Amino acid sequence: TGGLEKKNSATNYITRNKARKKLQLSLAHFRRLCILKGIYPHEPKHKKKVNKGSTAPRTFYLIKDIKFLLREPIVNKFREYKVFVRKLRKAYGKSEWNTVGRLKDNKPNQKLDHIIKEQYPTFIDALRDLDDVLSRCFLFSTFPRTGKCHVQIIYLCHRLTVEFLHYIIAAHALRKVFLSIKGIYCLAEVLGQPIVWITPYAFSHDRPTDVDYRVMATFTEFYTILLGLCQLPPLPVAQPPLSTKARESAQTEVKAREDTYALDSESAMEKLAALSAILARVVVPAAEEEAEADEFPADGEMAVQEENRRKELLAQEKHKKLFEGLKFFLNREVPQEALTFIIRSFGGDMSWDKSLCIGATYDVTDPCITHRIVDRPGQQTPVISRYCYFPGVQLPPHLSPFVSEKKGDYIPPEKLKLLALKRGEDPGNLKESEDEEDEEEEKEEDDKGDGDEEEEKDVEAGLEKNGEAHLAALEEQRLEEKKPRVMAGTREAKCLAIMMRKKRERYLYQKIMFGKRRKIWEANKLAQKREAHDEALRSEKKAKKARPV
Amino acid sequence: MAERRGVCLVVPEQGGRPAKRGLEFEPDYQLYASLQPFLLCDPASSLSDSEESVFSGLEDSGSDSSEDNNNEGEDEISCDKGHSRTEGQAQTGSPGLRTEMAKASSQDEYQEDSSDEEDIRNTVGNVPLEWYDDFPHVGYDLDGRRIYKPLRTRDELDQFLDKMDDPDYWRTVQDRMTGRDLRLTDEQVALVQRLQSGKFGDVRFSPYEPAVDFFSGDVMIHPVTNRPADKRSFIPSLVEKEKVSRMVHAIKMGWIQPRRPRDSTPSFYDLWAQEDPNAVLGRHRMHVPAPKLALPGHAESYNPPPEYLLSEEERLAWGQQEPGERKLNFLPQKFPSLRVVPAYSRFIQERFERCLDLYLCPRQRKMRVNVDPEDLIPKLPRPRDLQPFPTCQTLVYRGHSDLVRCLSVSPGGQWLVSGSDDGSVRLWEVATARCMKTVPVGGVVRSVAWNPNPTICLVAAALDDTVLLLNPALGDRLLVGSTDQLLDAFTPPEEPALQPAQWLEASEEERERGLRLRISHSKPVTQVTWHRHGDYLAVVLATAGHTQVLIHQLSRRRSQSPFRRSHGQVQCVAFHPNRPFLLVASQRNVRVYHLLRQELTKKLMPNCKWVSSMAVHPAGDNIICGSYDSKLVWFDLDLSTKPYKVLRHHKKALRAVAFHPRYPLFASSSDDGTVIVCHGMVYNDLLQNPLLVPVKVLKGHTPTRDLGVLDVAFHPTQPWIFSSGADGTIRLFT
Repeated sequence: TGGLEKKNSATNYITRNKARKKLQLSLAHFRRLCILKGIYPHEPKHKKKVNKGSTAPRTFYLIKDIKFLLREPIVNKFREYKVFVRKLRKAYGKSEWNTVGRLKDNKPNQKLDHIIKEQYPTFIDALRDLDDVLSRCFLFSTFPRTGKCHVQIIYLCHRLTVEFLHYIIAAHALRKVFLSIKGIYCLAEVLGQPIVWITPYAFSHDRPTDVDYRVMATFTEFYTILLGLCQLPPLPVAQPPLSTKARESAQTEVKAREDTYALDSESAMEKLAALSAILARVVVPAAEEEAEADEFPADGEMAVQEENRRKELLAQEKHKKLFEGLKFFLNREVPQEALTFIIRSFGGDMSWDKSLCIGATYDVTDPCITHRIVDRPGQQTPVISRYCYFPGVQLPPHLSPFVSEKKGDYIPPEKLKLLALKRGEDPGNLKESEDEEDEEEEKEEDDKGDGDEEEEKDVEAGLEKNGEAHLAALEEQRLEEKKPRVMAGTREAKCLAIMMRKKRERYLYQKIMFGKRRKIWEANKLAQKREAHDEALRSEKKAKKARPV
Repeated sequence: MAERRGVCLVVPEQGGRPAKRGLEFEPDYQLYASLQPFLLCDPASSLSDSEESVFSGLEDSGSDSSEDNNNEGEDEISCDKGHSRTEGQAQTGSPGLRTEMAKASSQDEYQEDSSDEEDIRNTVGNVPLEWYDDFPHVGYDLDGRRIYKPLRTRDELDQFLDKMDDPDYWRTVQDRMTGRDLRLTDEQVALVQRLQSGKFGDVRFSPYEPAVDFFSGDVMIHPVTNRPADKRSFIPSLVEKEKVSRMVHAIKMGWIQPRRPRDSTPSFYDLWAQEDPNAVLGRHRMHVPAPKLALPGHAESYNPPPEYLLSEEERLAWGQQEPGERKLNFLPQKFPSLRVVPAYSRFIQERFERCLDLYLCPRQRKMRVNVDPEDLIPKLPRPRDLQPFPTCQTLVYRGHSDLVRCLSVSPGGQWLVSGSDDGSVRLWEVATARCMKTVPVGGVVRSVAWNPNPTICLVAAALDDTVLLLNPALGDRLLVGSTDQLLDAFTPPEEPALQPAQWLEASEEERERGLRLRISHSKPVTQVTWHRHGDYLAVVLATAGHTQVLIHQLSRRRSQSPFRRSHGQVQCVAFHPNRPFLLVASQRNVRVYHLLRQELTKKLMPNCKWVSSMAVHPAGDNIICGSYDSKLVWFDLDLSTKPYKVLRHHKKALRAVAFHPRYPLFASSSDDGTVIVCHGMVYNDLLQNPLLVPVKVLKGHTPTRDLGVLDVAFHPTQPWIFSSGADGTIRLFT
């Protein structure tokens, strides 16, 4: 059983229990260590070989990983902490309060910076992994302040997420928003990295019992530190969103306005959380603009690419300033945090009723309000002189901006319309197609001579026909793909050739063909469903028309 | 005192609380003093001082009553004292004195309070007076006479009149012990009123006097106690010393550590200030970053297009699926507006599952199969280039009424013989599909074989446990005649050897029908095949044991069993076309025997479950085997005993395989009703492997009773193929 003899793949792996014994850790500590260090099991190629001929389900880790953990200083911290807890429990049991106090003073604290630096050598690496971090922090920040998790962690999560949102607002980094039944998905682009996170709707959670909160808390501990460290680095805005100066200014503002509300610190935090305040910001450095203006003398193909890129950038710039100069007012039934974040990050101004939430910046009666967002079933007091005024109107379906349909996929007709719009119009004017936030609420538009808005509606109506035509064309194309276009002669040859495949190829081929067939079948099913639905709608409409006559 | 106890005050109009308690609680001497005369001058009993002495005349009978009396006397005195003192107290106003006085007076009170005092006017004792409700009396006096209730003849009107007339009516109460009316005095009324309003019974008692501390806050010149200080206050404490020394020891030993200074570095700082662009991940290179979560599709929208919503059946199916199997882990729902969208109940679980995925799931880089399925189809030469091969059905030979098990083509290619389950052997003309002859044999014909020697016109047919040798008498007369001559030329040997089969001459009428010889065996015959020269005939019997294969010699009418041992159930045998080999296909393998050397030369392993048929390439170096597990196996004898290629073209069991004697073609027939013709080119260059290309799938037979095409044979000179099927037809494809 010499080590030299079995130089095979089996020596690369170690079972979880053996690894645990090697590290001399309890299972809980091992789990914690794995979470913090980002160690995960590996699936050996020849499981039976590694498992010494047994097929029992076992978790295997790479031996290199475990050796890597062996040198980890945080393991000692775990042990220290274990001893600390034991001493503390003993002191409590003996009611030695002096000892308790002394022990608490010397509570061992662990720092995870080095682990983060190790896992994410560059800032970009850290940004890439920010998806999970943000989702978890947003979830924890909505937890009740009493309960299973430490309150400090919840406060920290809240603070960090608010700061992050402020950063996104300041950097105009938000790109896509999607209101799903699970929560609100947002996609922001930071330093060219897409970051997607999901926020739950603002309701209290019913605590599931089948969830191990210790695991979640360990992850969250790591994530808070990662997110905290990600806040400050040199982002293009050149200034952290929440400098102490900004914090102070916000605080003084609050003091001046509503000193009766709550404790200063709390109200300042809430004020920040309301996201409506424009924080003091250092001027955007000119370097960014210069970088854009750079131009290289290029030949044909490059020039086209350059042109495309510039167009894209231009569209993005326009997109960023979508709501510039517009003033919104939220009714109280509208989710305030989410909408504030979205509208502010596209450059709009927000306010709401003072009694609803702290941080209202202007009143309902303010004459310069351009839009009012309403989500109420009843008729509001109608403003007859307004054109774009649709309270209580059934909204068109809300589509996911994350889906990019490939050839042969089913595309819902609404999306086809949007695509047609996008192609027909210049992209800057396409408000509804690019952002979903407009569609989500019934909107009362208190527009002050906002002429092009109406125009856009007209154009849209005109385009609808084009869209229909295009839709038909696409549908045809899809149907055509389905058709057997092989001619009879070649088809037979193909059948014969198919018979001559090797076994492995046959399986692969069958798999691929099955996948293709299923895809087509699913697309057809969706199309059929849609057709049936439209048919039902049409007949209903007809019946309605027929009745009054 | 006794009288006071006995009186129960009932105030009729105000209906207040019983005054008895109040009286007991707060002794009011004045009241007591005032009550006494009132009791004494009770009109009914008309008691006087003297009478009181009569009451107290009890003194003779009991000693305690005398004490009582004494007490009463004392009481009087103390009462007086109290009066005087209270007056004095009122003058001095000293609180200390007052409490003292209160103490003293209370002492007095307890002295005169005795437990056995009772109302001695009525001697019934402490019994409920309701007991006397039905009697005219209420009790007995000291002399044992009845105390009668006063006459209550007054009706309500009288009472009313009394109420109107008598100004003291409101203060009149009834003494329940005696049943008489009492009139309360002013003092008594005042007392009752005070008690009713919750005040102290004593008029002079003020509950709101300023409190005076026992010890004043001022420093006095004299100490409270003059005790000298203890010795221990001068000596250092041993206990404390011990504690301190214990602490010192603990510090020395490192058990107690001084408070660590607070970490002054901020928890959040610019970690990536000095980024090392070349920094490799601290770990090995096999690290796989966690895959990102899948992005949401249209179905997850709060207001999805209607086609994404699940119908009722789909919803049910979704509910019945395992959570891991579901394509969507949520039910798509449509909400009219954002206001009514509820919280997602599985949000925390989903985040938790993500946690589990991150630290419990093995990560692997899976190569996505990005293969064009067209690339998986092998590039074969076009069938058109491999012509000629049979492409379409030209003739159907109808006549048999049951499935046609076997067929064989004459070496000239003009005639066709077929054996069927309907108990007949039919001979056909190939070119016209005309049935030339029908030979009824009366049994299932399992196998037919036309003698391959073109100079002999003879057909062997396997019927039950015999092999029939027929002369079909078709074609050249000369040929037919010479065949008959050949058969007749046999002269039986002197001493007939012991043979495993019997050779019998056909009877006259059988000869008429064409039968010439009959070789009868003990067991049913399953297959019959000729050697290429047409003299030897191999037969497969359906027995277990070593006599499964017999070889008959036609010219000498001899039979022999070549094997001494059996190697499993023999399925079929074949003679090698140009070498002295006999190929025996058993269930799982194919053995090649050298007939001259009488040894096993090769054992081929087709890797099939059950070999059904076998054919040898006319050049002799390649063999194909069909099997019931729908495989066709091609062996290259020069290459290996393992299959050169396994073709799985058919969907069902293979029944027959055949090589074309001239063209590079081979065919297989199967129970799925098809015949597949393949191009099987064998090159003379030994280094080049045979080229196998399927060229045509021939369909024509309709499968009946789960049987499709039972036999297949090529035309000896043309690229044509005959097939016989379970539908009772024979078909020719050209």
